[in-house]
Order: sequence, then C-alpha cells, then structure tokens
Amino acid sequence: MSLTTDNSRTDLGSILPKFREALETYDVPLAESLFQHALRLGPPMEIIEALIVPSLQRIGCAWEDGSIALSQIYLSGRLCERLVENLHIANTGHVNEPPRQAIAVLNDFHLLGKRIVHSMLRASGIALHDYGRVTVEELVDRVFIDKVDILLISTLMLPSALKIRDVRRALDERGTEIRILVGGAPFLFDDSLWHEVGADAMGRNAADAIQITRQWMGERP
Amino acid sequence: MMTSMQRVLTCLGHQEPDRVPMFLLATMHGAKELGLDIETYFSRAQHVIEGQLRLLKKYRSDCLYPFFYAPLEVEAFGGRTVFVENGPPNSGQPVIGNQEQISSLIPPDVSRTQCLSRVLDTIHGLKSKVGDTIPIIGVVMSPFSLPVMQMGFDHYIELIHGAPKLFDRLMAVNESFCVAWANAQLAAGATAICYFDPLSSPTNIPRDLFQRTGLQIAKRTLAKIHGPAAIHLASGRGMPIMDDLAQTGAAVVGVSALEKLDELKKSCAGRLTVLGNLNGVAMRHWSARECERQVKDAIRLAGRGGGFILADNHGEIPFQVPDEVLLAIGDAVDRWGRYPLHWHEESLAEDAC
Repeated sequence: MSLTTDNSRTDLGSILPKFREALETYDVPLAESLFQHALRLGPPMEIIEALIVPSLQRIGCAWEDGSIALSQIYLSGRLCERLVENLHIANTGHVNEPPRQAIAVLNDFHLLGKRIVHSMLRASGIALHDYGRVTVEELVDRVFIDKVDILLISTLMLPSALKIRDVRRALDERGTEIRILVGGAPFLFDDSLWHEVGADAMGRNAADAIQITRQWMGERP
Repeated sequence: MMTSMQRVLTCLGHQEPDRVPMFLLATMHGAKELGLDIETYFSRAQHVIEGQLRLLKKYRSDCLYPFFYAPLEVEAFGGRTVFVENGPPNSGQPVIGNQEQISSLIPPDVSRTQCLSRVLDTIHGLKSKVGDTIPIIGVVMSPFSLPVMQMGFDHYIELIHGAPKLFDRLMAVNESFCVAWANAQLAAGATAICYFDPLSSPTNIPRDLFQRTGLQIAKRTLAKIHGPAAIHLASGRGMPIMDDLAQTGAAVVGVSALEKLDELKKSCAGRLTVLGNLNGVAMRHWSARECERQVKDAIRLAGRGGGFILADNHGEIPFQVPDEVLLAIGDAVDRWGRYPLHWHEESLAEDAC
C-alpha cells in the first residue's frame, strides 16, 4: 500500500485541511480520528510526510503573520508528537545510530519554545537529543560527547541569546564541526542577532526549524 | 514648559501637551549609574531610589519607573530569583510543581513580604523627592500571566485547557494578590499601575480564549485597582484585540514593534493612549542618526492629537542599550516632539504636492 494511487492522494488532500483545523482548535478526538483514517491510505512514514509535516509547517508559519497563537502551536505539536509516538515506528536516519542533532535551552528557565520545536521535529520523524536547560559549559560538553553536528538553541532572554557566542567560541576551540540553529524572541526583534552570536542560521518559527534541520541533515557528507 | 505630570495627563486626555511625553523605561541602568551589580542594586530600596533619580536627571524621561524585575512576584509566592550579570533576572524553578498544589495556594501578604516592601519603600522614597511633578509608574503582573512564571508556560497552557476548576482557583488567588499589590503601590505614592499581561496577546493565545479568560480577569482586576492603569503586552501583538483592551478600563496600552504604529494609533484613537514602540533589542546598535530617524518616524505616525507616549516596546530597556542611544532618543524627542508638529504638517503638504 502506498500513496501512489490517485484515490489515496485525493482522500488525503481532503483530510489535510480538516486535520489542520482540528489541530488549531485542539479538537483531539477529531484529529485522532482523521489521522487513523489517513493511516488506512498509506504507510505511516508517508502519512507523516503528507499530513503531519505540512500541517505543522503551515501552523508554524501562521504564527509569524499573527494568525495563530503560540499556545496553539504548542498544543498541536504535542498532539502530533503523541500520534506519531503511538505508531512505534523507527525515526528517520540510520538504524541503531544515535542522533547527531540536539536541542537545548541556554540558561533561561523558559522552556516552551524548545518544547514546541522538539515536539514538531519528533512529529516530523526527526530524532534528536533533548538537553533541556543547560549552561554553556554543560552544552559544549554534551555536544562533544554525543558527536552532535546540528545544534538547535532556544532562548527567550537577550542575555541568554548573547551567551550563544560563548558556545560557538568553546566549540570552535575544541575543533568541533557543527552548525548552530537559533530561535526565540530576541532573534525576532533583531534580524542580525543570529549572526552577531555566531550562529549559522535562525528559525523565525517552528516550521523554519523543521525545514532547516532537514536541509542540513541532507547536506551531511 | 509643562511638568512631566502635566505633559502626561494632557496626553492621556488625548490633547497635545508641549511635547510628546517620553517614558524611558530603564530599570537595570540604575545599577550602572551606581557602579553596582544588578543583584546588589535591587537588594536595597535606597539604591533604586538613587538610581532612578540619576536616570531621570540624565535621560529626561517623563516618568520614574520603580519596577525591580518580573520574578519578584513569584519570589513573594516563595520562588527563587536567578540573577544574571547583564540582564533581568530569571524566575527559577516553578513554585507550582504540580497542579494539586493550586488547591492549597494562598496569596502572599503584601505588607509582610520583604521583597515587596523594598519596592514600596522605593516608591515612597521617590514620591517624597518628586511629589506630583513626575508620574511614578508601579508595576504588577496580571493574574492571568503570572502563572507562566509560577508553573511554566507549557504546564499552564495544559492547565487552562484541561483543569478549569484549578485554573479558576489559581486566578482567584492571583487576582486577590494583584489587587492588593497594586493598591499598596498606589498607597505608597505610585501615580499609575502598569499591568503586564503578555499572555493575553494574540501572539500567545487565540483571541476567543483571551475573551473567555484574560479579558474577564483584566476587567475584574482593573476595576478593583484604585488608580489609573496601563495594560502592557510586553512586545506581544495587540492589534486584533484592541477593541477588547479598550473595555478593560485601562487608559494606556503598551504596543509591539511588530505592528504598525499608525494603525495602532488609529485603532486606539480617543479610547486608549498608545505607549511604544521602539525596538529595544535592535536599539543596542542604533547610531545617533538612527535614533533620530526612529523617534521622528514614531512621532510622525502616532504623535498628532496627543494620546501617544514614546517608549520602548517591551516595558524594559535592555541592559545592553548604551547611554549614548538613550541620550540621542531624548535629543530627538526634544527636536521633533514639540507640539504643534509643524514639520509633520509640512511633510504632509509636500507629499500632497
């Protein structure tokens, strides 16, 4: 079974807007029912790609134009994460190989942004280490030990965002080849801040985080 | 020339005073003035009194701002404040670790809580120095937004959606505290209260949820505060809920740099005075010329007819913003903010030609 048939694609096309609306309104029974229905149309990974990923990306982008609130993104990300976890399928990447991407909150006690991005990446089939709230030193050590080469850092407070410079410096001193993706409120208010702190890119929203992480994973040698 | 108080009151009446009022909401800069680290600075009322008075003289702001830091209220509930060397303190581990704790939560006694007393002493000290010449702005976190620090944003969203009775109970506790805390600041000499309510912004929750929750809470709470209030969304968007905010009883709204100032002013006209919306994060790198451009642009978009106070968009200027920038903003207000705004009329006429 696959999504190669016209009927399957048509059915999924009709489910997609309803599923997205169910996520936005946090209608859990409806979202679950639509997802179960979709699973009858193709293999789980294809359904994730065709239903969950575009829904979350659309919701993530809608936050930036003000039409969706942060709470809706968080709840829809968590819901999709649960739906995907219930499938008990292997994450993308090489089987039995630990992930080489990680996410962390630097210094701040504000964890929501990280939780949103973490949920959305996992719901999109991307495995990653979750370091939670860490200091610069803890983060650098863990990245080194886990051989991480894609690091996502979330901050809410400006001083924490500025600390990313120290992370970059310490990783450079160890000769670690790594790409750093940053996100959070301070970056939205200063378009050049990500560059100032030595990051390789910024995500303006959770959809950016999915797209950039996937792109970087695809560019690995 | 008007006093700052006269200037602000005229502005709030949607009339043009002698110039556009300017609120430079600097908190931590007082520590720099006194050569203290931020934690030491906020450990004594006398430091903050001295710091605020020095900042007033230096930057010529139209208000005093005895706001310490946002986690102070969580500290009053038993939480821990985590200081950093170059910015506002963070709130430590949430004081509400699980939802069950809400049932036994009680509001702190404002008169017997040391961290709150320091703020009241500060307000009292400032009032004794300036009398009624300069507005003193007290600050409260809204009962609706405080739980973001009390229990963490994620757990709080889940509480709102999944445990309505506990949510109501938490709001009752927080409302009781917020009203007592605001009124204590007014009694100590604050002229007005800034009610920070970022969670109510459509950036954070959808409007229909706000209308059922944050809006009702703001209406109830502000009605019990015995003085004028500003509602501030701390950089969050406000345009889609401006009609709702106008019903809360607030006289002023703090607006985001993410929205267009002329549209905000039009939406608020005659109902709410607009406070904002210079970008505090970007301000760190502004040249004198850029300061002038930003100030002139804001005044052009929102200055006419009063009802506009120039300020940053977050309600707290970042520690990293240098003196030169704040001084240049003041100079630009002096140059371009004098009413009547003849230069504005001339530029409109030129545009028409």
